Amino acid sequence: MLLLPWFAGLIFLTAGPLLSSFYLAFTDYDMFNSPNWVGLQNFEDMFLYDPRFMTALGVTLTYVLLGVPLNLVFALGIALLLNLKVRGLGMFRAIYYLPSLLGSSVAVAVMWRQIFGGQGVMNSLLASFGFVGSNWIAHPSYALYTLVILHIWQFGSAMIVFLAGLQQIPRELYEAAEIDGAGPWSKFRRVTLPMLTPVIFFNLVLGVINSFQAFTAAYIVSGGSGGPSDATLFYTLYLYQEGFTHFRMGYASAMGWILLVIIGAFTALNFWISRRWVFYGDN
Amino acid sequence: MVYPLWWMVMSSFKPDTMIFTEPNRLPGSLDFKNYVDGWFSSAPGFTRYYFNSFVICLGAVVGNVLACSLTAYAFARLEFPFKRVLFAIMMLTLMLPHHVVLIPQYILFVKLDWVNTYLPLIVPKFLATDAFFIFLMVQFIRKIPRELDEAAAIDGCGTFRTFITIIFPLLTPALVTTIIFTFIWTYNDFFAQLIYLTSPNSVTVPVALRAMIGESGGSYGQLLAMSVLSLVPTFVVFLIFQRRLVEGISTSGLKG
Repeated sequence: MLLLPWFAGLIFLTAGPLLSSFYLAFTDYDMFNSPNWVGLQNFEDMFLYDPRFMTALGVTLTYVLLGVPLNLVFALGIALLLNLKVRGLGMFRAIYYLPSLLGSSVAVAVMWRQIFGGQGVMNSLLASFGFVGSNWIAHPSYALYTLVILHIWQFGSAMIVFLAGLQQIPRELYEAAEIDGAGPWSKFRRVTLPMLTPVIFFNLVLGVINSFQAFTAAYIVSGGSGGPSDATLFYTLYLYQEGFTHFRMGYASAMGWILLVIIGAFTALNFWISRRWVFYGDN
Repeated sequence: MVYPLWWMVMSSFKPDTMIFTEPNRLPGSLDFKNYVDGWFSSAPGFTRYYFNSFVICLGAVVGNVLACSLTAYAFARLEFPFKRVLFAIMMLTLMLPHHVVLIPQYILFVKLDWVNTYLPLIVPKFLATDAFFIFLMVQFIRKIPRELDEAAAIDGCGTFRTFITIIFPLLTPALVTTIIFTFIWTYNDFFAQLIYLTSPNSVTVPVALRAMIGESGGSYGQLLAMSVLSLVPTFVVFLIFQRRLVEGISTSGLKG
């Protein structure tokens, strides 16, 4: 059967590991000794005794809850502007898209680290307005926000999806609204926004799923530590530390499953709420 | 908007002392010193790192193109027991966060002694683990008229030959999208490369870049220069395939 490669992949690289990691989540496997069954110990540790775990949850949640909506707001806003048939649309679209294409790379994270560092461009920019900036990435209160800004900077790919969505809104709807005497804001609220809700929803779901798994930027900006003082300890970064630096494979497996549950829960929540606000327009 | 990138490019041409003291001043002349020094700043040097990156990307691209198209063909054109169930399972794998299978995969590759080789990064692609591209191609194949398949069958083509002579050539646009995104995502896949490539000889560009940060006494200019350089392949792909990229995203919402 032609499906053989996929099926083999499914068994060995997906289904098998899935079951295996579920099993490991209940052990204390460390790569060197055989796994010992410890029951719910890992999960207990996570939620009751491990402050770093809760910190990682908090950091990641903040990043997702702040970063995703803001990213989408920018994406939609700029898409609306560009949709006004600006001259040079292609060029603007490319410029705004470029950061999101390059953004997940180590290079951009390196760049971000320098820009927001103590002697970085951000501070000299602020200085020209008379503000004294601090070392943003080394400051426990601000470090995470530099990463949120990095995420927002990458609104380009969502923007392109919005642009495509905007272009699919039938002109007749706008014309009908105009006949009813609707001004631009009204048109936006009554035609554009409702017709866009499926696209917004799509971007939201994907954005949430992807942001929960953010890793590279946090790793590079914090030097792998999640610092300062665990301010940038993203969930996946903590998982990496536990699994690949401390070799607590059982614990890391448990963390992997909790991540699955969290993402699943958020996605399900998104779908459930979507019935209230997403308008599919096929009635 | 692109000012951060612009800053990085400009700074890479400045001597270290100037980068932070006069961040906004354009360099008087284009000094490639940072590039040259940065290239050779560690052993075995970026020539090897780029080689590693490109080999892995090539392997991943070939793997995905072959495996995903085969699988998509099976799902789109063939009938077999449990087809619906298997298709649903495939779509589910799309939504699976990688981290939940990461550790057992790692353990598996350790047991196979594949750590520090290209294998953990390439072989999965030959086993069609990127459900996204399978889905993309299935949608594409569905639009190809079945009459072509039937014509081929009349000419005596079996399933496989039909695939090679009819479907695969017609899949080109979807294949191009697959190639582009596989290349970009693989090239930038820091996490997997970080855990599987452990010796200086096997390391790829993103990992090498990260190692440069750790160097005490390392030069910022060199770091920025190498960072700029590392963005070039993606940027070039972007320039050439701009339209295709944008189409790919608009129609399927792929992330950049």
